[in-house]
Amino acid sequence: MAVRHTENGTTASAGTDSVSVRGVTKTFATKTGDVSALEAIDLTVAEGEFVALIGPSGCGKSTLLRLIADLDTPTAGTIEVFGKPATRARRDQDYGIAFQQAGLLPWRTVAANIALPLELHGVPAAQRKARVAELAELVGLTDFADRHPDQLSGGMQQRVAIARSLAERPRLLLMDEPFGALDEMTRERMQTELARIAAETGAAVVFVTHSIPEAVFLSDRVVVMSPRPGRITQIIETAFGKDAARDESLREAASFFDRVTAVREALHGVPVPVAGREER
Amino acid sequence: MTTVEPAQRPAEDHRAARSPERAGWSHATERRLRVIAPITVGVAGLAIWQFLVSVVGVSDYLLPSPAAIAQQFAQFGPAIWQAALVTGTNALIGLVVGTLLAILLAALAARWHAIDGMSAPIVASLAVVPIVALAPVLNSMFGSDSQFGRQAIAALASFVPVFINTVRGLRQTRPVHRDLMRSYAATGAQSFRTVTLPTALPYLLTGVRIASSLAVISALVAEYFGGPRGGLGSAISTSAATSAYARAWAYVVAAIVVGLIFYLATALIERLVLRRIPVGGAQ
Repeated sequence: MAVRHTENGTTASAGTDSVSVRGVTKTFATKTGDVSALEAIDLTVAEGEFVALIGPSGCGKSTLLRLIADLDTPTAGTIEVFGKPATRARRDQDYGIAFQQAGLLPWRTVAANIALPLELHGVPAAQRKARVAELAELVGLTDFADRHPDQLSGGMQQRVAIARSLAERPRLLLMDEPFGALDEMTRERMQTELARIAAETGAAVVFVTHSIPEAVFLSDRVVVMSPRPGRITQIIETAFGKDAARDESLREAASFFDRVTAVREALHGVPVPVAGREER
Repeated sequence: MTTVEPAQRPAEDHRAARSPERAGWSHATERRLRVIAPITVGVAGLAIWQFLVSVVGVSDYLLPSPAAIAQQFAQFGPAIWQAALVTGTNALIGLVVGTLLAILLAALAARWHAIDGMSAPIVASLAVVPIVALAPVLNSMFGSDSQFGRQAIAALASFVPVFINTVRGLRQTRPVHRDLMRSYAATGAQSFRTVTLPTALPYLLTGVRIASSLAVISALVAEYFGGPRGGLGSAISTSAATSAYARAWAYVVAAIVVGLIFYLATALIERLVLRRIPVGGAQ
């Protein structure tokens, strides 16, 4: 994974950056007045970098992801994805996306669900079939290609959603708490899988989560956010090294616990006297 | 990925768990009982009916005996078949046309809220149009040799439930699917075809199932108010007018059969389509 640690607030040329967010503010109009969801957000994600957004509910981390995906538009500021405006990047299919809900179409088989984006964008059937077979293999669901989603467990459904998000070989993956609804064991396994897939594809990832160990385990940088209004309070580099294997040994490494503690302190705003074992 | 979580849904196990208090009965026995019980009740009912007429002596014009009705049914078989064909055809044409119009208008109403607002009062008034009032008007409008009036009434009766259900179904699209289609930069037509319509399909089919019985009833009732001869409704009123009560009842039996056929056919379609298109369960 090519890791380039870019400082928060860098406004230099964004030509090679995957995501460049500059001075972004998002305000939602409600009946009781405007609610500020995000305020003055600056964030750059380098090519191939894995960035986690973490913070309590209402800190605007999902909103920020939706803005990058151009599912919403910012009230102020600019967002560029691979040097293009976010809208253009969405139209060009420059990113793949996965949500907390797998969002599979229940009337389609696993294979047809993975093929959905390819189908919509007119990829010929033969190519589609080959790509779907590849992706099913990648997420370990080859034997389940003909099943329908209601015959799969939550973890398997989420893997289908990840395969679908990778269908068009995007160089950027946007993930909004994709493992939030899974049990802890499945979740850890999925994290290991995702780390492997991200390394194999070399795609940059923006990953929203509210689990501290998950954020630390997966990312190169953890972006800590605070609510009302949502803003970035701190960015913590995990600095495990670009070749560090993200496997069970990392989960038990001292450096892992150090980072978990650092992120927790950043979240709570005060140093925690004793290094805790685990948050979740 | 080497690990594979097991599929969570054991196929039919819930059935066994449903009635623990009758655990002594095997599946086969229970299934047989489900068929035998209603038949027994039906036969007993007919026997009591026959007993009332032939032994207690309820007069024939009040209640013809089942045997007399069956005899009339056999004697007028071809005529009954012809009449059922006329009514069935009218109901079918009405059901198909009404359903197609309802889907079209529902799609427009779901797409453009202005159309929804415009159509709401019209649909509300269509829903309360009394067939008995409309039938004579349409029959005189289209002349006494046209089936059009009857088909139009059946279409009208079918339209309302299909429209209401389809509009509801078209609004069930989940936000996550909408976001997904937007992230794919899918066109409106693509989203409609791949997400909106399949989501609405179970609702639509329920509407059609409800409409199927209404179509038969409306086509039949419309025959009471003029128009060409033929059809079960005409035959029932003619037979009753000439005091052939048993024959009138034979036609009523045929009407029930036609209605059931429509209902069962649409229920079967619903079942087959929903089996091919499983809904729910996916997150």
